[in-house]
Amino acid sequence: MDPKPLWLLAELTYRCPLQCPYCSNPLEFAGPRFKRELSTEEWCRVFRDAKALGVLQLGLSGGEPTLRSDLEELVRTAHELGLYSSLITSAYRLTRDRLAALRQAGLDHVQISIQGADAELSDEIAGTASYRDKIAAYHYTRELGFPLTVNVVLHRRNLHQVEALIRLAESLGAERIELANTQFYGWAFHNRDALMPTKAQLEAAWAVVQRERQRLGGRLEIVWVLPDYHEQFPKPCMGGWGRAYMTVTPAGEVWPCHAAGRITTLRFESVRERPLEWIWHESEAFNRFRGESWMPEPCRSCPRKEMDYGGCRCQAFLVAGDAGVTDPVCSLSPRRHLIDATVAQVERGAAAQATPEQWTYRAAPASRALAAKG
Amino acid sequence: MSPASAAAVPRVAPKARLQWDDVRNRHVLLYPEGLVILNHTGAEILGVCDGVRSLAEIVATLEQRYGASGLEPDVCALLDGLAAKGLVLYGP
Ligand code: SF4
Ligand code: SF4
Repeated sequence: MDPKPLWLLAELTYRCPLQCPYCSNPLEFAGPRFKRELSTEEWCRVFRDAKALGVLQLGLSGGEPTLRSDLEELVRTAHELGLYSSLITSAYRLTRDRLAALRQAGLDHVQISIQGADAELSDEIAGTASYRDKIAAYHYTRELGFPLTVNVVLHRRNLHQVEALIRLAESLGAERIELANTQFYGWAFHNRDALMPTKAQLEAAWAVVQRERQRLGGRLEIVWVLPDYHEQFPKPCMGGWGRAYMTVTPAGEVWPCHAAGRITTLRFESVRERPLEWIWHESEAFNRFRGESWMPEPCRSCPRKEMDYGGCRCQAFLVAGDAGVTDPVCSLSPRRHLIDATVAQVERGAAAQATPEQWTYRAAPASRALAAKG
Repeated sequence: MSPASAAAVPRVAPKARLQWDDVRNRHVLLYPEGLVILNHTGAEILGVCDGVRSLAEIVATLEQRYGASGLEPDVCALLDGLAAKGLVLYGP
């Protein structure tokens, strides 16, 4: 029996007023593959079908999901179905009235990103002046009684602010702060040389996290998403391919994770052509890496395979060019040297005090240019 | 030993939601970025946490319902576990 999915990430649109260089959206987000967004009715059908399959947790994401004027209606449908809904937003121009309407419609939880602990750095990383809107929206969120998560993606340029970020979340009365070290997919992979932190930076930040956890007790949950390039073993990506999780893209393609669309050797189906149930149970993309039978050595005979499922397929594809090999982040992988070389290059650059690479902001013109280059 | 006294009134935290899932035929407790799939006993216990009854009354209610005794450790184990995650609050 196939597992039942628990999580649906609904990427409602790839339009976004921010331009974060670590964005996990596809490089070609502005291209024809993602252009024709699902209608309100199509999304509502996706939610119904997902609930019938077993989904309980719904992430409303993007791009910037509040750009969809039908967001309230989508939230209402999700609520009626009994999905626990989280809005994952940059909060750009997000008003108190809009949040109140979403509360009214049954939204359960709000996650607002921030790019740095002060306006100067946050706005520089976001590529768009948005810090003030974020701070205002944090307050509205708490006033309206939502549980609040502060989302931060960490990298070389903001890791030194971890303490200030935690203090900010604490002062806002947030339930959780998610400190996610950059995972290298999408724009983050493209900008890897500019974003990759040094080992010393990571160690300093991790020490702060441990100290702050001690101080805060249960008052604020600090989630630390591991920087996997600096680990020995890979992450248990998505809790296993096709086991618990699916992403639906703005135009209706269904992916086992939000980075999977980049794997050119898989064929992804769309909810416009196939029922979600068929895609989950029958499609090639979901079955290819489900379970353990696809695993090559060293995973096949490794006792850790039940813990990490052989790591991330997207990372194997991006770094090693083959989605079917052991995650190159694993120290047992014959391709680990590819990761080590990247990490070593960053350390050398830092030791020589070289200016880090410039990043490319995530924006439609850059996306089209990159898509044209192939 | 439970950190809560027998007079404490446990309730499901506002950020969490207890509901029936007809796909799994189980009660589930949903909260930000997570969920607990409850067994029958767990669902029965949370079901009587109405924000009015005290811990002692909850234990008495369940013992009467099942004609059992000595349920207190089981009830406290479940509620304390959820309280540690902020999913159950003990009120006065
Ligand atoms: S990461 Fe930044 S650019 Fe990408 S969707 Fe989120 S807010 Fe927009
Ligand atoms: S060899 Fe495979 S299963 Fe073993 S730790 Fe590495 S990735 Fe995980």
